[in-house]
Amino acid sequence: MKILGSLNGFHRIVASLAMAAMLAFGAQGAMAQEAAETPAETPAAEQVEALDPADAAEASSEDVGPGAGAYTPMQPTPGKGMPVDGGLDVQQQYSPIGHQANSLHIGLVWVMAIISAFVLALFIWVILKYNRRANPVPSKTSHNTLIEVIWTVVPALVLLGIAVPSIGLLSAQYKSPPKDAITVKAIGYQWYWGYAYPDNGDFEVVSNMLTKEEADARGEPHQLAVDNRMVVPAGVPIRLQTTAADVIHSFAVPSLWFKLDAVPGRLNEKMLFIDEPGVYYGQCSELCGARHGYMPIAIEALPMDQYNAWVLAQGGSIAGAEEEGAEAEPAAAPAQEPESAEPGAPGAGAAPVAPTA
Amino acid sequence: MATTADSFQAHTEDHAHHDADHKPGFFARWFMSTNHKDIGTLYLIFAIIAGIVGGAISGIMRMELAEPGIQHLQFWAEFMGGTSDFDTALHMWNVFITAHGLIMVFFMVMPAMIGGFGNWFVPLMIGAPDMAFPRMNNVSFWLTVAGFVSLLFSLFVPGGTGPGAGTGWTVYAPLSTTGSQGPAVDFAIFSLHLAGAGSILGATNFITTIFNMRAPGMTLHKMPLFVWSVLVTAFLLLLALPVLAAAITMLITDRNFGTTFFDPAGGGDPILYQHLFWFFGHPEVYIMILPGFGMVSQIVSTFSRKPVFGYLGMAYAMVAIGVVGFVVWAHHMYTVGLDVNTKMYFTAATMVIAVPTGVKIFSWIATMWGGSIEFKSPMVWAIGMIFLFTVGGVTGVYLANGGIDDVVHDTYFVVAHFHYVLSMGAVFSLFAGFYYWFPKMSGKMHSELLAHLHFWGFFIGVNVIFFPQHFLGLQGMPRRYPDYADAYTYWNEVSSFGYIIMAGSMIFFFANLVYAFVAGRKAEDNYWGEGATTLEWTLSSPPPFHQFSQLPVIEDHHTAHDHMSEPKPA
Repeated sequence: MKILGSLNGFHRIVASLAMAAMLAFGAQGAMAQEAAETPAETPAAEQVEALDPADAAEASSEDVGPGAGAYTPMQPTPGKGMPVDGGLDVQQQYSPIGHQANSLHIGLVWVMAIISAFVLALFIWVILKYNRRANPVPSKTSHNTLIEVIWTVVPALVLLGIAVPSIGLLSAQYKSPPKDAITVKAIGYQWYWGYAYPDNGDFEVVSNMLTKEEADARGEPHQLAVDNRMVVPAGVPIRLQTTAADVIHSFAVPSLWFKLDAVPGRLNEKMLFIDEPGVYYGQCSELCGARHGYMPIAIEALPMDQYNAWVLAQGGSIAGAEEEGAEAEPAAAPAQEPESAEPGAPGAGAAPVAPTA
Repeated sequence: MATTADSFQAHTEDHAHHDADHKPGFFARWFMSTNHKDIGTLYLIFAIIAGIVGGAISGIMRMELAEPGIQHLQFWAEFMGGTSDFDTALHMWNVFITAHGLIMVFFMVMPAMIGGFGNWFVPLMIGAPDMAFPRMNNVSFWLTVAGFVSLLFSLFVPGGTGPGAGTGWTVYAPLSTTGSQGPAVDFAIFSLHLAGAGSILGATNFITTIFNMRAPGMTLHKMPLFVWSVLVTAFLLLLALPVLAAAITMLITDRNFGTTFFDPAGGGDPILYQHLFWFFGHPEVYIMILPGFGMVSQIVSTFSRKPVFGYLGMAYAMVAIGVVGFVVWAHHMYTVGLDVNTKMYFTAATMVIAVPTGVKIFSWIATMWGGSIEFKSPMVWAIGMIFLFTVGGVTGVYLANGGIDDVVHDTYFVVAHFHYVLSMGAVFSLFAGFYYWFPKMSGKMHSELLAHLHFWGFFIGVNVIFFPQHFLGLQGMPRRYPDYADAYTYWNEVSSFGYIIMAGSMIFFFANLVYAFVAGRKAEDNYWGEGATTLEWTLSSPPPFHQFSQLPVIEDHHTAHDHMSEPKPA
């Protein structure tokens, strides 16, 4: 699997090197090939409409027992969506962008290794061959136009070979989510995350890091586990927006190849697509003050029906179920108290954004 | 009148010019100095002191990161005059990373490269008696010292959650404005103003000196590559630093005078600060490495006993790096929410820099090719620099890809990358230059054995520190974190272990300094032999207090690396 992946990545680079050479010699149209190669996703939004909110609520109470907010956080799969002990490579990827980027990543690792090994080999050669003992009389060569042209042009072609798949990856990453994609807004605070669901009644979930003891009790990794996760549906495009309330934060999830800064006064947006249900951890990735290292991110991707059940349990409403608009009454707003992992922390306990009426 | 190189040297050693070695008294000499060599020495001493402080801070950081959890920060928070509560301890971490970055960049690498070696050897290499503006040279140095004092002072005044400025060396708004109450950040910003002003003055001084004070016959295309590198660096400083000054002045007014340049509530934009900062910040990284390139060129040529291969290509590769370095800044900002075309442009432009950099690396190897290489201490440091800089260079090409950057941006992969190019690229070239020129500057030979031991300890140490950080970064460990998930423990432990090796090797460095001054044998004029051909080797070691009162003449048939020409009466 791994070897196949690496070969695949290597071939991509080699193929694009060939393309680059073609481009250099005047052949046109290699770019078009790259642009066409973007994964076509069918939004599974029909599921949303097909589902009756009442059924979902019922299903949820069957699954997790009676009572409001009786949703049980999914148990994370060890090694999935989190770093692994002594890991050497990027985390296993769980999104289409992640797969595409990972194959470019593997190709680039090969290019880096080959160039470094080549330079090292040249060094070993000159050290063995041209030391004072082996070669007492130095040559006086100081110019060779041909070799200088070669070592300018060949690296340029290698870079062109990298640039082609790299630009292709960028254009894939900037594909807009479809109109009916569910919107989730991640808001960075000092020092926790808030997740607003404007398409589901605009409730906001406040997410604080768990202490070591709490994380152990839940069987989750230290420094990554949170009390309330960002719950999203798996297998459908999500419009993820980021912003911040105080200073700049950054919403990052390595196993989804996703990182987007949360900047006060700005609303950044990017499509997130998660292949399969699971828990995916990330951490704030822009220095934001004292507890920069203490505001992790945990995404819980659920099948659509379970996601809808979770939304209802939070007091939200299901998009497309217009007659259920009353669900978003202030009284039904999330019952969660904003709470910091550390009592008395600056910013802790401050209500994020008032629930929208 | 001296007509041969030999008699020229004898001439100066004989004190035939009675004013040539007239040195002022201690205070006037070291505190009111106008002599480029004395100011260079002051800069080097200053850089070593700053390097000890900055290096000690990184030791505290590696100690804290050796295992998960917070072990030592409370102690340091109390030690620095704060309280021992959790947030103050974590703030202390941010103060350390900020101080480490600022000290190493502005008060260690830059003063050593440009202030130290630049001051010492640019006038000597172009055959000038001194810098163009000797008194301004003194002002540059003392402004840098004042900047360092301002930064140290900031550690002891409130900076928000605790004492000191915890904004990172990038001082991003709004963390540095509304996010950090108290005067610490103001002092840190003021420190950059002072150091920046010193550097701008220094840059104008170098540009004027190199353009106007070259000895007869020393055309631009005959200048040693180290002089070329300082010339390009001076232009980068002159063009980049005013932008930093503007950006941090806006921070000051946002903080204290109610402006909202970077505050969206008043129509400003925090991203504007990042554009301004990195418009300075990216050229800044070339400012730190270009003089190192120059030194490595001199050293490789000297110990291969060959002229530098492709001299013009080498000189103009540095010019190209400097020019392109001004149009790639937003690759530090790939995740701020740039639009797709901007990101594509910066991806492509950034990769272009690899071409002139590759030219330099291959030209150094070609210089060694066919040479008669002697592995003296400067040469092993230079070879180490070229190889490790190559490793840092290829990870730079990796990071240049905007789409790839989404997973490694602001992780330890970036930390590993820039330490490979700086802590290995710049610092290795500093040590190479130091061992190359120390006997010239001091008149005493260092111990080659200690210098080699220093090299091997340092080489192994820094690789053990920084190579595993690539793995941590790929696995997703964010930078500027005092604590981490358990999965990151193994490589952090290894990295901290590497620090001990590196720190241990520094004992050899300081022992070598002591050895040289106590027991070092007297250095000859040209102790590296026939490979060393630039003008400083025609002078005594140390050179006379004032040199070239008769300008040396560089003859037409000599190449840039064959400067052993006979000084002629001017």
